[in-house]
Amino acid sequence: MTETKRITMREAISQALWEEMERDEKVFIMGEEIGVWGGTYAVTKGFYDHFGPKRVRDTPIAEAAIIGGGVGAAMAGLRPVAELMTINFAFVAMDHIVNEAAKMRYMFGGQMSVPLVIRAVGGGGRQLGATHSQTPDVIFAHFPGLTVVAPGTPYDAKGLLKAAIRSNDPVMFIEHSTMYQTRGEVPVDEDYLVPIGTSKIQRPGRDVTIVTYAKGLDLSLKAADQLAKEGIEVEIVDLRTLRPLDMAPVLESFKRTNRAVVVEEGWRSFGVGSEVVSRIYEEAFDYVDAPIRRVAQTEVPLPYNQALEQMALPQVADVIAAVKEVL
Amino acid sequence: MEKQNHLDIYYQMVLIRRVEERAAELYQQGKIGGFLHLYIGQEAVSTGLVAARQPQDRIITAYRDHGVALNVGMSANVVIAELLGKATGSSKGKGGSMHMADVEKNFWGGHAIVGAHLPIAAGMALGDQYMESDGATICMFGDGATNIGFFHEGVNLSKVWNLPVLWVCENNQYGMGTTIERASAVSEIRQKAVGYGIPNERVDGMDVMAVRQATLKALEHIRNGNGPYFLEIMTYRFRGHSMGDPERYRESAEIKKWQENDPIGIYHAYLIKEKIATTKELDAIDEQVVEEVQAAVQFAESSPDPAPEALFEDVYAG
Repeated sequence: MTETKRITMREAISQALWEEMERDEKVFIMGEEIGVWGGTYAVTKGFYDHFGPKRVRDTPIAEAAIIGGGVGAAMAGLRPVAELMTINFAFVAMDHIVNEAAKMRYMFGGQMSVPLVIRAVGGGGRQLGATHSQTPDVIFAHFPGLTVVAPGTPYDAKGLLKAAIRSNDPVMFIEHSTMYQTRGEVPVDEDYLVPIGTSKIQRPGRDVTIVTYAKGLDLSLKAADQLAKEGIEVEIVDLRTLRPLDMAPVLESFKRTNRAVVVEEGWRSFGVGSEVVSRIYEEAFDYVDAPIRRVAQTEVPLPYNQALEQMALPQVADVIAAVKEVL
Repeated sequence: MEKQNHLDIYYQMVLIRRVEERAAELYQQGKIGGFLHLYIGQEAVSTGLVAARQPQDRIITAYRDHGVALNVGMSANVVIAELLGKATGSSKGKGGSMHMADVEKNFWGGHAIVGAHLPIAAGMALGDQYMESDGATICMFGDGATNIGFFHEGVNLSKVWNLPVLWVCENNQYGMGTTIERASAVSEIRQKAVGYGIPNERVDGMDVMAVRQATLKALEHIRNGNGPYFLEIMTYRFRGHSMGDPERYRESAEIKKWQENDPIGIYHAYLIKEKIATTKELDAIDEQVVEEVQAAVQFAESSPDPAPEALFEDVYAG
C-alpha cells in the first residue's frame, strides 16, 4: 500500500512547486507578490528565503510581461511557472497565452517549444465582485496548442502540477480560490505524477453519471452523500483536464447508467457541459435514457452581495435536483 | 574588418533586395498568399545588426522578417519556399511570410502581433541571464510598436531585471499609413528609452557601417553586465506597408528623396571610395545573387506542398 498523508490543496500545490524546483534547476517561479510577500494565497510562503530572488521572481503588475516573459524564458530552455494572481488578469495577457504560447510550436514548423506553466487562481464565492470572480476555464480550453488542467483534489493537484512542470507544452493550471483548504490523501512519495489528459472516476455509482471537475467535484461529492441517503448512487467522473479532454471514462460510465448531469462553476452557455453533452450524443446516442442536464452558473456577472452571489453560483441543491430530474 | 566581411555585407543587402523584388512578382502572380511586407529600403538595418552580433546572440523581429532571415544565413531557397507555402520552407509551409525562423541560427522569428514579441524577447534574455550565458537578445520592432502596452511592459521589465537585451526600433516613420507624429506622443522614439533609464542612441539606418558600429557598442555595454540598451534606427521603406498598399498617405517626392539615399547605393559607393572593392567585384556579386535567387525560385516552385498529415503535426511537443 502506498504511504499517504492527509494535506490541504494549498500544501499539495506548494509541495509540487517546491519538489520540482529542488529537482530541476531550470524550474523557477515568477509573478506578482509570490516572493517577499509569500503569495497572496500563501502557496509560495517560504520559497523566497529558501530559493532566493533568482528563482522566485517578484514581477511588476504587468501580466503581458509575466506571461510574455514566461513564454520567452521557456523558448530559451527554462521551465518557468508564471503565476497570475487571479485568472481574471489572464485577459490582460491573453495575446501571450493564445497567440504566442499556444501557436509558437506549430507556426514555426516545430522548431520551438514552450514548456511554460501558467498557474491561475479562479472561481467565485468570495465576494470579490464581477471582475475578480470568474470561472473562464473553457475559454482557454478552446485553443489547440494549450493544455488546460483544473484539479479538484489535493492528490490530483500535486500530481498534475508536477506533470505540467515536466511537460514540454504550455499548460494553464487552474486553481479554485475557495478550495485551498480542501483536504485529501496524497502519497508521500515525491515522484508520483498524474498523467495530463486523463479523467477519473472519483466515486463509483450505478444510477446517474455526474461529469464534473474542480469546484464542481466538491459540489458533486456533497450531493452524492445526500443522494446516497435516499438510495440514489451517482457515479462521479472528474475530467481533471479540459484539453485534451478524456471522454473514455465518461462514455464508459454513461453506457452503464444511461443518465448524466454535467456540473461546472462557469456559465452554462458554450461551457464544459455544452461540450460534454455534445460528445455523449455524438458517441453514445443509443444509450441515452433521459435528457442530459447541466448545472452551471446563472448568466449574469457575479454580484458582490453574498446572497445574490450564491444565487448565481451552482449549489449542492442544484446538483441534487438535476440528478432527480434525469432519473 | 576584413575585405571578405565587407563583401559579405554587400552580398546580403543585394540578396535581400533581389529576393524581395522577386517576392513582389510572385505575389502579383498569385503564388504567395496572405500578407507580404517587403524590406526594400531597410536592408542596412538588419544587415548591420547581424554583422555585429556573435553566434550566441539571439535575434527576434516583427513580421517584416525576410531581411533578418537572409542575414542570419537562411538560404533564399527556404525563404522563398516558405513564401510559397511549401514543405521545404523554413517553417514547413505553416508560417508564411510573417513567420520565418531558424532556431539553429539563433533567429527566433518572425512575429505578427505588433509588439507582442517584446516581452518574449525580455524572457529570452532572462533565459540567458539565468543560465549565465554571455549572449544578448537583439529585439527589432517598428516605430508603431512603441505605442502599444507590450512595448512598455517589456522594456520596463528589462531595466528592472537588468536583462541582456538590445532594443532596436526600426523607425521607418509610418505605422502602416499613419505618420509617427499622428500616433506617438514623442516622435523621437529614443525618448521613450530615456523614460525607462535605458541608454540609447539614434542611428542613420541607411548606412550599414553606422548601424554595425552602434550595435557593436551597444552589445559591448550589454555584455559587460550593464543591462539593456536602446537603438533608434532611422530608416524608410521604399515600398508600401504591404502588397496592396494604395500609399495615399505619403508624397512621391518624399519617397524619391529617400530612394536617393539607397542603403545599397551608399555602401557600394563607400566600398569603391575606400578602395575596399572594385566595381568589377561588386558586379560579380550582383550577378551571383541574380542566379541564386532564380535558382531559389525554381527550388521553391518545384518543391512539394506539405503532406496532408502535416496539418496535425507540431501542435504539441508531447
